[in-house]
Amino acid sequence: MKKTIHILSAVLACTTLLPQAASAREGENVRIAVDVPYTPFEYRTADGKLTGFEIELGDALCAEAKLKCSWVEQSWDGIIPGLLARKYDAILSSMSITPEREKQVLFSEPYYLTPSIWVARKDSAIDIDDKASLKGLTVGVQRGDIRDNYLSEFYADTLTIRRYATAEDVATDFEAGRLDLAMMDYPVALETLNFLSPDSPYQQVGPGIREPERIFGKGAAVAFRKRDKELAEKFNQALETVKQDGTYDRLMKKYFDYDIKI
Amino acid sequence: MSVEQLLQTIAGYLNGNDIFTVNTLGMYWDGFVNTVQLVFISLLIGLALAVPLAIGRGSPLKLVSKSIWLYTYIFRGTPLLIQLYLAYYGFAFVPGIQDSWLWFFVQDPLYPALFAFTLNTAAYTTEIFHGAIKSTAKGEIEAARAFGMSKAMMMRRIILPSAFRRALPAYGNEVIFMLHASAIASVVTIMDLTGAAYYVYSRFYAPFPAFIFVAFIYMALSFSIQGFFRHLEKRLLVHLKPNNR
Repeated sequence: MKKTIHILSAVLACTTLLPQAASAREGENVRIAVDVPYTPFEYRTADGKLTGFEIELGDALCAEAKLKCSWVEQSWDGIIPGLLARKYDAILSSMSITPEREKQVLFSEPYYLTPSIWVARKDSAIDIDDKASLKGLTVGVQRGDIRDNYLSEFYADTLTIRRYATAEDVATDFEAGRLDLAMMDYPVALETLNFLSPDSPYQQVGPGIREPERIFGKGAAVAFRKRDKELAEKFNQALETVKQDGTYDRLMKKYFDYDIKI
Repeated sequence: MSVEQLLQTIAGYLNGNDIFTVNTLGMYWDGFVNTVQLVFISLLIGLALAVPLAIGRGSPLKLVSKSIWLYTYIFRGTPLLIQLYLAYYGFAFVPGIQDSWLWFFVQDPLYPALFAFTLNTAAYTTEIFHGAIKSTAKGEIEAARAFGMSKAMMMRRIILPSAFRRALPAYGNEVIFMLHASAIASVVTIMDLTGAAYYVYSRFYAPFPAFIFVAFIYMALSFSIQGFFRHLEKRLLVHLKPNNR
């Protein structure tokens, strides 16, 4: 069964390749932009080799789509302008799909979405599902990010919301005892609060949050120029395959101990 | 007119604007209240502290004058942002403070900010007043002595009133500087005017409208303060005006 899927996808890839082969891009290198470092998605090893979840995923997608790919490093500020200026052909750098960005670029299907989580002290008895019991507690959040929007919309009357410039500031004030709760993106919480280690004073409370989509978004996707529909379609098909044949799960397990698949 | 009616009227004027909704305008309003409150209280306490400190700064007792000098030297010699960080993050990590009654003040971002702002403005105001006291005309002091005034009476009736008048323009500047310096309060999570602008900016990715709007509010505040001080100067410094006979 698996073999037939493989053959089918190979055939599909061939048929989509045919019109492409006639176009100007024949044999050309697909340049993919990435903002390094963003551990563990993309970073350099001690000997300078570029690696990470998205690097390996990107390589797997290119192999699957039979494309020759190379990586281009680009800082985040100019990453969309650089794509539009043809400095590279795709962005694979944890870019979340947003309506503003959709006006400028063409997105593939999303390939990951990290959950947002509540973090509390281990010695506190906070029941996150009982909204009434949260009254009067203080929550820290990074100013203006999607979790701020979520809290402002659903918890403005219940919790006192403190907004900080960076996640590190949230962690500092958490440690100082000014906060009862923090809401963060899972990998950020892991990085700044290190709540999975046994001697950490913090723990995750409640499940990971990904809804509503209106706030938390559709997830991160590969971005292309709007006219490169064929290239995007190739990546979509390759993505579908690596998600099903276990490549994606293998990479996810290698870099994360939580679920980011979507 | 009730609050709801007012909000509805405002919503009508906004006419479907994406960024300036009743919600974000409410945020700006809260920011306005917080900024004015923060600046006003710290200026008031700072002024009350600065008067005795300025007198002490010119004291013949070396211990008094030198320690006040050291205080103003430190607070004028370091950035207000650093002082604010120390007051907010520094105190919170003093061992045992979380269990003491002081925690009530340290826990809230408002009090550490007030603390830093007050001491900072008091230091500058002390130096402004000290300079004005020092530049009192010799003749006035000699005349007061000739009248047999005691030192305290001379200070109260002659030196301080004339010194305040001379210090007025410089102090007006300090008030405006304080208003502008208060923009850093948002780094310790206080939702002041800048904090509100920052929120709107990062939520809608619209730096220009968010900050230009708040710049106009600051400008309006500055001009009101300037107008107030000009009015005061007109009344109190009338004897220094050239005589157009």
